[in-house]
Amino acid sequence: MNIPSSLKYTPNDEWILVEGNTGKVGITDYAQNQLSDIVYVEVVVSVGETLKKGDACATLESVKAAADVYMPVSGIIIAVNEALPDSPEKVNSDPYGEAWMVKVELSDASQLDELLDSTGYEKLLAEKE
Amino acid sequence: MYIPHTKEDREAMLQTVGVKRIEDLFQVVPAAHRFPELKLPSALTEMEVMSEMKDIAAANESVQDLVCFLGAGAYNHYIPPVVDAILRRGEFYTAYTPYQPEISQGTLQAIFDYQSLVTALTGMEVSNASHYDGATAVAEAVSMAYANFRGKRNKVVLSSGLHPHYRETIRTYNQGTSIVITGDLGKVGPDAGTGSLLPLIDQDTALVIVQYPDFFGRITDFSSLAEAVHVAGALLAVAVNPLSLGLLKPPGDFGADIVTAEGQPLGIPLSYGGPYLGIFATRKDYARKMAGRLVGETVDNRGQRAYVLTLTAREQHIRREKATSNICTNQALIALAATVYMSLLGKQGLKEVAELCYHKAHYAANKISGIPGFSLWSKEPFFNEFVVRCPSPVSEINEYLLDEGILGGYDLGQDYPELENHMLLALTEMNSKADIDFLVDLLTEQETLEESDD
Repeated sequence: MNIPSSLKYTPNDEWILVEGNTGKVGITDYAQNQLSDIVYVEVVVSVGETLKKGDACATLESVKAAADVYMPVSGIIIAVNEALPDSPEKVNSDPYGEAWMVKVELSDASQLDELLDSTGYEKLLAEKE
Repeated sequence: MYIPHTKEDREAMLQTVGVKRIEDLFQVVPAAHRFPELKLPSALTEMEVMSEMKDIAAANESVQDLVCFLGAGAYNHYIPPVVDAILRRGEFYTAYTPYQPEISQGTLQAIFDYQSLVTALTGMEVSNASHYDGATAVAEAVSMAYANFRGKRNKVVLSSGLHPHYRETIRTYNQGTSIVITGDLGKVGPDAGTGSLLPLIDQDTALVIVQYPDFFGRITDFSSLAEAVHVAGALLAVAVNPLSLGLLKPPGDFGADIVTAEGQPLGIPLSYGGPYLGIFATRKDYARKMAGRLVGETVDNRGQRAYVLTLTAREQHIRREKATSNICTNQALIALAATVYMSLLGKQGLKEVAELCYHKAHYAANKISGIPGFSLWSKEPFFNEFVVRCPSPVSEINEYLLDEGILGGYDLGQDYPELENHMLLALTEMNSKADIDFLVDLLTEQETLEESDD
């Protein structure tokens, strides 16, 4: 299981890569593995929208399940990955890279402290197994 | 009666739950109400039951015995016996949706064929495996449009030419939601233009729904409406009489995003109101927001053509409360009837039936409008139904006709107070020239009687 130490995690298996006061959001390697082959990605927010932590920002469908992706933090959407819906399989092949879903400008950086680091997330996954 | 449990089974179960007798399980019901005397008549033999049921059934009057000029959403068409013969084959005779492709290839293929025929007929790209009836299908169009805009557009504009029962179903479906339903609240006039709908279409509008031909039978060109709807970023749903598409331009050709229909005219008997068939077709872009089952074609592990339920991640058992709809079923047996009917008639046959309906309706309209006191309400083009202004209450006229073995038209005053004394008449290939002439004679006679009464 790939759990990069450069990212922050939610217990719902989202990750955020923080750069300054912005963050890129996606789902973890564990999540893509649980969902199996992803066949559909829909980013359900647009640039300029203000979202609260926990709001849905994308919907995924695999051959056996559907799942929403929730915001790990509050903020304004500054970019969405428009190429991703055309190649949903990237969520499986490159969950931490090309399969980012939205980029957000953080409205409250202190929310990052509520997220898990890679060690915490790894521990959580060990408990799930 | 078949009771699966033996005396020993029952005693073992009672012992397990710790009571002596079955009656002990009902202790929570107050004693006075526990085992009331039901005062049922004494038991009958099967022969006696058959005879009694036959007597009860004989009191019904159906289109088997009457000449029918009633339509308003359900129509008396000829059903070739082949439809029933195929429907009743043991391999098909279940209403259940097949979940297991391993054992259901025949049914799945039939549904796939149904979907293919529906898309060809409506000019759309994808059809679901069907809904319960025309009203359900149009209500599902509202749910789909709302889900498509993720709840950000909450206005639905209905034409008053949409079947009153469909409009009622849409309102029932959407009770307690934030969806605002409008457009159909004013009075209706004989002109079928869409002018009254246009000012209501805005950035909050998710869906505009019209009927084609409309409830009054009128055929309207909706292409400019479709444009206006799309300029506002909304979707257009068109509820159709599927048989009329044998003759008319399919809604897919003039910009419909969703086409729904009551499939009953396609080989399904009137049957006192059901079971019927809800047709639902849309564009590929919206396939993942569509409710209901969908059958797709694929290949199995040997490379052979095979059919499976597809895109099921849309459905409620997977997507839960985020699903567009809680409907995960279809009307498989009735969809099969429509499939057999459409296959049997083919493109040419459907066109011929539609033409017969059209010409008979125009012959009747022409004759009836010549009777003193009767006139056509609208000058718009129509398919197989038209509205007649009558000199007396529709209920009185219909009573008179029924005495002569004729089922008269629909009393529009029931749904549109401004259309008191207006009758909606429907013609199909089942109405002979002699039937129409007899109707005209009776209406003429009845009117003369009325006048001499005065």
